[in-house]
Amino acid sequence: MSSEIDAQTELGEVYVRSLVRSQLRLAVEVVAGLTLTLGMLPMLFAAVPRTRSMNVLGIPLPWLLLGLVVYPFLVTLGWVYVRRAERNERAFSDLVDRG
Amino acid sequence: MNAVAGVAAVVAVSAVTLGIGVFGLRISRTTGDFYVASRTVQPLMNASAIGGEYLSAASFLGVAGLVLTRGADTLWYPVGWTAGYLILLVFVAAPLRRSGAYTLPDFAQLRVESLTARAVSSALVVLIGVLYLVPQFQGAGLTLRTLTGAQPWVGEVTVASIVLLIVASGGMRSITLVQAFQYWLKLVALLVPVFFLLLSWHRASGSSVARLQVRDWVEPLSGPHALYMTYSLILATFLGTMGLPHVVVRFYTNRDGRAARRTTVAVLGLLSCFYLLPPLYGVLGRVYAFDLVGSGRSDSVVLELPSRMVGGSLGNLLTALVGAGAFAAFLSTSSGLVVSIGGVVSQDLLSHRLDGVRAFRVASSLGALLTLGLALASSGVAVAHAVELAFAVAASTFCPLLLLGIWWRGLTAVGAVVGLVTGGTLSATAVVSTMFGAAPTGWWGAVLAQPALLTVPTAFVVMVAVSLATTPPRQVSRTMVRLHTPEHLVLDRGSYHPEAAVPDPS
Repeated sequence: MSSEIDAQTELGEVYVRSLVRSQLRLAVEVVAGLTLTLGMLPMLFAAVPRTRSMNVLGIPLPWLLLGLVVYPFLVTLGWVYVRRAERNERAFSDLVDRG
Repeated sequence: MNAVAGVAAVVAVSAVTLGIGVFGLRISRTTGDFYVASRTVQPLMNASAIGGEYLSAASFLGVAGLVLTRGADTLWYPVGWTAGYLILLVFVAAPLRRSGAYTLPDFAQLRVESLTARAVSSALVVLIGVLYLVPQFQGAGLTLRTLTGAQPWVGEVTVASIVLLIVASGGMRSITLVQAFQYWLKLVALLVPVFFLLLSWHRASGSSVARLQVRDWVEPLSGPHALYMTYSLILATFLGTMGLPHVVVRFYTNRDGRAARRTTVAVLGLLSCFYLLPPLYGVLGRVYAFDLVGSGRSDSVVLELPSRMVGGSLGNLLTALVGAGAFAAFLSTSSGLVVSIGGVVSQDLLSHRLDGVRAFRVASSLGALLTLGLALASSGVAVAHAVELAFAVAASTFCPLLLLGIWWRGLTAVGAVVGLVTGGTLSATAVVSTMFGAAPTGWWGAVLAQPALLTVPTAFVVMVAVSLATTPPRQVSRTMVRLHTPEHLVLDRGSYHPEAAVPDPS
């Protein structure tokens, strides 16, 4: 398979494109997850004014979310991404080695 | 305020930094070492170094100052500066490492196969680097003034001189050690005092909590055009991180693409720990140092709190500790930026006339002196906002170049150049006018203060549209193999090698 990729045959191209596409899909999924949660917070604060001032655990909700909760969330997203990106690469490597 | 403790702290940090720099001199001999420490750096060390280099005056002093003045809306600054690494992780980290590029101009040349694109990228590296350096120098001036009562220019000249000494003596190898050390110093310098401050607040429970309940401050989306400003800030910080010259250079010191990803997750963790702290200082400042808002010195709240809340010799000791952390912040970010500017300028502009190492030294010195001049001349924008404006320029230029270059085969040299120039011109115009005090009212004011929400999409659209009308570079398929396939596979990845572009003086 590696010779197909080196010679840029149609088959080789298909394999490389599918790797790029699977990694891009994964990246877009992570960013979509980020946009739909963290990215929606300003919209939420704008649409539901009560969320700007309500207290949770004695702390105003925006401060709790943006000052504390967001950080472990970002690290978790990053960690999940790395595992899945490495899995995509393993699948590609197996394919190339087998061919 | 006890000036002796403050000066001692600043001298100690500078001495340790210089000490490691001189020690590192023995290790770094070749030009390659000078730029990127020859890739022998371990992941946690590398992550600490990235954190150390990244956490600047804006993070250490500026965030607390902004939280003190403007409250909930400014929590997005540290959030964005952390989330920027998540975006960098998923789109850029591994492919950029695999590209083998030292610098953003290297990446531009590799991907679109154009020396014009390289030259435009080099100019943008200098622009972003200088915009980012100016507030670092100003933060240093502010710190020395708070600690000792000296005029602001004293601190600015001091930090510029020390950075030049470090850069000219040690190069990047020593800087990796220095930066890693400085992340931990900065974390400790905020973490230890905050315990004493919170204890003191707890003992005096209930004092002036009224100021924490002001609606404009405690609730988000205050002020005119708040939703636009918030989203523009989010876009600039989330997308700007990947385009910062001193951040990109760090990825070359990872062993391979996989290590680059793992390092980036570690960076996310380190930043997440650090950024829990500055907002606490802002909140406490609201209670104990509210007068700083009126006197326009809110950026010094981190430095003021220990003496105001704890006092005595313990207060002096804690003041010295935060002073040391603050100086670590200026030194690490500034030296990283000066190295990046110096590397790019010496490679692209001076390499015909001078040998590698000397060109690098000359270029670094020029960069630092130019910045010093600007720092002395420009008006006082809040440190964190000034830094975020550099992010806006990076997000409007290198972000589209990297995202489209890595993930879209259609990007062409002409598209890249026109997009970089458009995004760079629009964002830099807004940023420079804000830095020199232009503040129109209404919509134009909002756009100039936070341009990213308009300039980033514009740059993307221009880059894509022009690319569609022109032909992609010949080697684009080979480049895609290089950017995306794991290194252990034996594949033809093309012949581009940035190290070949660096003349070897030995």
